This record gives sequence, structure tokens and C-alpha cells, in this order.
Amino acid sequence: MKLKLDRAQLGAVGIALVLSALIILPTGQSPLTVFGTMISGAFGSWDLLARALTTLAPVLLCACGLAFTFSSGLYNLGVEGQVLAGAIGATMLVRALFPEGGNAAVSPVLIMVLGILAGAVGGMLWGLLAGLLHVYGKISEIFAGLGLNFVGQGLAIYLIFGPWKRAGVATMSGTALFDESVWLPVIGTTDLSPVALVLAGMVLIITLVVLRNTYFGLRLRAVGHSLRSSFTLGIPATQHLLSAFAICGAFAGVAGGLQALAVFHRLIPGISSNLGYLGLLVTMLANYNPVWLLPITFFFSALNIGSLKLPSELKVESSLAGVIQGLLVLAVLLGRGWSAKKSAK
Amino acid sequence: MHLEFRGIHKHFGAVHANDDVSFAVDAGTVHGLLGENGAGKSTLVKVLTGFISRDAGQILFNGEPVQIQTPVDGIRSGVGMLHQDPLDFPALTVLENFRAMVGGQWWRESDLKSLASQFNFDLDPHEQAGNLTVGERQQLEILRLLALGVRTLVLDEPTTGISAHQKHQLFAAMRTLAGQGKSVIFVSHKLEDVEEVCDHATVMRRGKVVGDTPVVKGDASLGARLVELMFGRELALPSKPATAKPDAGLRLTQVLLEDDRIALKVNGFEAARGEVIGLAGLEGSGQRLFILACAGVTPPSHGRVQVGAADLTHKPYRAYLDAGVCYIPADRLREGLVPGLTIQEHVALRHTDAGFFLDPAVMTRGAEAAIAEYKIRGTPTSLVERLSGGNQQRTQLALMPTDLKLILLEHPTRGLDIDSTIWIWKLLIDRCANGATIVFASSDLDEIVQYSDRVLVFSGGQVSAPISTQGLTADRLGEMIGGKF
Repeated sequence: MKLKLDRAQLGAVGIALVLSALIILPTGQSPLTVFGTMISGAFGSWDLLARALTTLAPVLLCACGLAFTFSSGLYNLGVEGQVLAGAIGATMLVRALFPEGGNAAVSPVLIMVLGILAGAVGGMLWGLLAGLLHVYGKISEIFAGLGLNFVGQGLAIYLIFGPWKRAGVATMSGTALFDESVWLPVIGTTDLSPVALVLAGMVLIITLVVLRNTYFGLRLRAVGHSLRSSFTLGIPATQHLLSAFAICGAFAGVAGGLQALAVFHRLIPGISSNLGYLGLLVTMLANYNPVWLLPITFFFSALNIGSLKLPSELKVESSLAGVIQGLLVLAVLLGRGWSAKKSAK
Repeated sequence: MHLEFRGIHKHFGAVHANDDVSFAVDAGTVHGLLGENGAGKSTLVKVLTGFISRDAGQILFNGEPVQIQTPVDGIRSGVGMLHQDPLDFPALTVLENFRAMVGGQWWRESDLKSLASQFNFDLDPHEQAGNLTVGERQQLEILRLLALGVRTLVLDEPTTGISAHQKHQLFAAMRTLAGQGKSVIFVSHKLEDVEEVCDHATVMRRGKVVGDTPVVKGDASLGARLVELMFGRELALPSKPATAKPDAGLRLTQVLLEDDRIALKVNGFEAARGEVIGLAGLEGSGQRLFILACAGVTPPSHGRVQVGAADLTHKPYRAYLDAGVCYIPADRLREGLVPGLTIQEHVALRHTDAGFFLDPAVMTRGAEAAIAEYKIRGTPTSLVERLSGGNQQRTQLALMPTDLKLILLEHPTRGLDIDSTIWIWKLLIDRCANGATIVFASSDLDEIVQYSDRVLVFSGGQVSAPISTQGLTADRLGEMIGGKF
């Protein structure tokens, strides 16, 4: 339960930093300057910090959901599509209760609440679909999830260009904006929604408690460690696998709903913007230990925002953040594999 | 090629799998290597073919010591092995397999056909390997090894799962090869096969060579001699107190047990409450199928299964558990316990009507009680994979629910010391005294005779009628295991 790093993990982080520095060198900038710029880019002002926290909420939601699927031994690569399905669900509900150019059927607050719930339901259904394909269709959950990501993407584009197109024009920039009364409140001029942060915090606590302190969480971990032994011990594996998919989908769906209601105020094709995949990196790095989810998510969000300053100040590509994140995950996974191999000998 | 083993030793941890093995195989002969499972036959031929390395000893070909470290070295020195599961690419055709695995020349269809016709093998070069029967895949494998220039051919239990016609073809091919001056090593536990095809037989038991005899056709005393060598002369005495009750605990009616290798028919079988039934036979003769069917893990496709008063036919595994059936697998860490979880977490997994939240105090207390009662060397927070084999087995037993009607165990004391074995059986017999029926499989005949009331012998796709252990002799049991009912 403690935030404890062992030597292998620290070594892996060191290796990732050194490799990142090596990648920076050919750009002609000193790695230290680049890292410094990234830090000031994320923490230089309240505004920048707010932007980092804006990314934090949806990534944390996805990472929490993935903690459930990883615990049950599943690689839910469909999380990205589940975010999108959440955004579609939320948009569908807002459009139903507050039609474009019409009037709100119920109070805007209720629409926002129901919108987030609709996001959860949308994501959950998309997650369950992947789960059903995996459990009953005997398809690897990796391919089921990836396949459904493409289907979700197609569905979003179809909706944006078809039934939900803006009056007169259909464009990649998305559906018409929601009425301002159903935009989730944000702090100042930023996109940071306190509601999103609170929801993410609540979900994190739920995740910690359920995985660590409940029979359900224990059985989920048992299924993840050994499907066969859990079966012998009488644990209904199918039921637990499907629950994990549904929970992960629901959390990712909330993230998608929040993106639609608080950030973009409409459905756009790229609304999931790799948040789900970022969540995957976070959970892989956390390695079954949900205590690590928050610090890692915070670090990754800060990297993403901090790197945006790189092109203007140092003429360095901002995608460096992704490179560092990827290297970190690879290095830690390698370190883990290496120590597992060593202890097996 | 004349082949000689000289003082081969191989250890796997504490197990001495090959203990000073020495014998010779003459060129132009078929040499049988006999022994029950775990006798060390497979280890020895894997050392010969380079699949595992020996700890000590020498292998000599025509009097010259050879170094064989890898399977490639084996092939280069002219030794090839036909594995129980043939090595081929199921997605490729027979001809493609041949081309992929035999270099040196571009194999044409006619080349393959002429090679196959030498042995009267009727392989369709364009059939996908995945669609072939086990016997046909063996034929492909033999041709491949011959094309690679093998002069010593090792066949590991090749007659399992092939048809009588294919067996006939296989034996004819073995004789042909011996006639060409090649040496053939035939690893088997089937006496009648060894008697039929071999010129000479070496018997192994517990890692050692215990006998070496020429095989003369029509020698009536040979079978009995081989059985005695395989299983030893003396059996332990039955020592189980009578616990059987008059009413039935387990009843099977017209049950068909099958997997891709064997199909077994059990017309009618009944075990009383409190009775212990031992399943004897060489491993893989259907004992596991029998246990899995009674446990409800893989319910039989046909037939009725009743436990006590409950009819569990076609019911899911959950219903078996609810009816008081408990299955203790042999592969503790893969099938019985969950690696990565602690003893107390296992105890909690067995709480069926617990609430939502785990109670750490209850978990710890439950685990402490189990550890004390079952004398497990570990703490409530020990991960099960860190426990020794004996303590893992004790943990599995500690997880058994209290009120059981039927307990199924595979190799309940395998790898355990004598004290643990005695202690575990005392505990199991207490369960019987309380009315549970026990069915267990073991490759240790002493254990079977000592602790069973009655024995079922599995051999050659058949199950014997139940035999009482009272008055059962080693000879009789050995003969039945060897296939003579």
C-alpha cells in the first residue's frame, strides 16, 4: 500500500531519463534546458497548472477503470473507444433533452448530471461489448478492444456528418455547440472543471477501496492471476471478467462525457484524443498498485502540458512528452521483466 | 550405429531422474526402454537427443564419446527423436512441412512419395498437417528424421493414440530400419508392444536401470519378469481402517469419458459413503478424465453422475460445489491455488456468503487457524508460490470446505516427505469416517494399496471393475496396469 520504489524501478526511471536526454541532444538543446522548460511550462503559472489538471481528470478516470481490467488479467485496449462512446452517450442525452435551437426539457443542472450518467452508460455498453466478444466469442480482448475503437470512431464520424450534422453544414469540427447553460462550470478562463476533478477523485477512492478491501476486488485479482485456479476454487470467472469490462467502460465513459460537457461542449471526431491510451501507460506503470495512479497521472499530464512550450521557446517538437512517457513505461516494464527473470533462476 | 550410455546422471532439484544409467544398444536392433511414468526414460532419451544436458556420464557412438548439447548436435550426430506430440507446422501441408524442415535439396512431390513408399506410408503430400491423425503426423516425422540422415531413431511412447493399422505400419517401419542397420530405441510402458517389436529390453525404475533382457518371441515368462522389474516385488500392506457406510456416495451410470486421445466407457460404478477408491494405471490412461468428470470440471458428454442423493448430470461446476464435491488438483500452482495471492486471501476466497468488505481481522484469524490446524509452514501473508510443495498441498487441504460428500484428489502426496504423507492420509481418512467418499489417482502403487478400499485400474482405453485391495498382489496389479485384464 505504500509509495515505495525498489532499486530496479529507480534504475528504470534513470535509464528512461538518460535515453530521453540522448534523444534531445541532436536537437542542439541541452537536455537540462529542455527539462527546465517543460517544468516551467507545466508549473510556471496558475493557468498552466490548471491546464495540466484539466488533462489529469479524464486520464485518471481511464487509469482507474484500467486498474480493474488489469487486475483481472485483461489488456483493455478498447478504453479509447469507451471514452468516445461515453462522449457519444452524453451528446445523445444533451441533444435529446435540449434540442438544437429548442428549449431545455428539464433543468440544465439535471441535464448535466444525466449527461455524465449517459456517458457512463455509453462507455459501459462499449466495454461490455468488448467483454462479450472476448468471453463468448473467444477473441483476444486486445483485438476486440482495438476493433471496437475503429467502429466507435466510424460511428462518431457518421453521427457528426449524418444525423447530428450542424444546420446547413457538416464539418469535421463536430456537432453544433451545446447551449451554454449545460456547459459544466470551469475555473476562470481555463478548461478546468472542478466537477471533473471531484469525480475523478471519487472514482480513485472507489477504485482503491474496491480493489484492496472488498471480496469483489479480491476475486477479481484471483481471476487475473489464475483463471484456472479461481475456477477450481468456485469463483464465477465469466461474471467477474465482464464486470471488469463494464466498470472500466463506465469510468472511461464518464471521462468521455466530461470531455463533451466541460471541454469541447460538443461531439468532435477526436474527442478521446488518446486519453485512454495515456491511461493505459499510467496503469501499466502503476503495476496493479492503484496508489500510484494519481502521482503518475499528474506527472504525465504535467509532461503533456509542459511540452507544449517547447516549440515556441526552444524549437523542439512537443511530441517529446510522448517519447518520454513511452520510454519510461518501456524501461519500467523491461526492468520488471528482468527482475522476474532473475528471481526465476 | 552402436550406442552406449555410460554412467549418466541427471538431477532436477532434489529428484535424481537418472542415477548412473549404463547400457548399450546394438546396431540393427530395436531396443525397448521400459518403465512406469517418472522412471527416468524420457529424461534419458532427452539427454541422448540433446533436449536436456546431463550432469555426468558419457554417450558413445561406435565406441567414440560424442558431445550432444542441443537437438541440432543430436541430428548432426545422427540421433533423431519422434516426440509424443509430433513437431510439425499444422498450418502447412505435408510437402511444405517437409521442405521447411529438411534442407539440402528442394523436395519434389515424387521424392517424398518414393521415400514414403519404402515404408508403405500413405501420406497425401497436399494435406494440411493439422488435419492429419496422430499416426500420420508420426509418419511425416519419421520420414523427416530419415531424410535428415538419422542413424539412431528414438520413439517416445509412439503407440499412444494411433490406430491398430497405423501401429502395425509403425512396427513394420521400425523393423525395416533395424534391417538397414540403424538402431531404434522404443520408449514405452506397454508390455505387449515391447514383446511384439523389440529385440532387447532395458527396464528403468526410480532413475536406475533395474534389468536388461533379450526379448525372445514366445517366451512365456518374459511378461511376468518385466512387470516385476517395472514395479518391484513387494507392495505395502493395506492399512486403511474400514470406514465405508452402506449407502452410495458416488454413482456413475453409462458415463462416456473422452478427450482427443482416449475414450473410456464406465457402464456402472458405485462407491459407498466413507469409501476410498484408488485409481491406478500409467499416467494419461484416463484417470484424470475420470476425476474431472466426477468433479464437474469437465462433465461427461453422456451418462449420469450422482453424488449422494443429488443428480448432477449436465449440471454446471457450481452445482457440484454446492452438492459438497471438492477437487484437489495435482498441479497446485496452476490449477488449485492462485499464485500472487496470500494464504489469508485464499481463505477469504472460500468465504461464500461473506459481505462486501473484506475484514482483515477475520481473514488473519481464519488463516492463522488453518496454519495451526494444518501445520503449514508460513504466515497469513505468505504468498502461496513461496511455500514448499508440501505446504502448498497442506494449504489446498486447509481450503477444503467442512461438509463434503466427495473429495477428488490427483497425486495427493506427490513430492511430499513421508511424515506429511502419513499426516495427510490421516486427515483424509477422518473425512471418510465423517461420510465423505474419496477418489484419488496416484502413480505410487504403494499409496494406492495402502489407502484404498477398492482400486480401479486404467489401461489401454479400458477401466477394470473395482478390485478390493485385500489380497491384491503386486503381480496382479502390475499385469493389469500393463494391459492384461
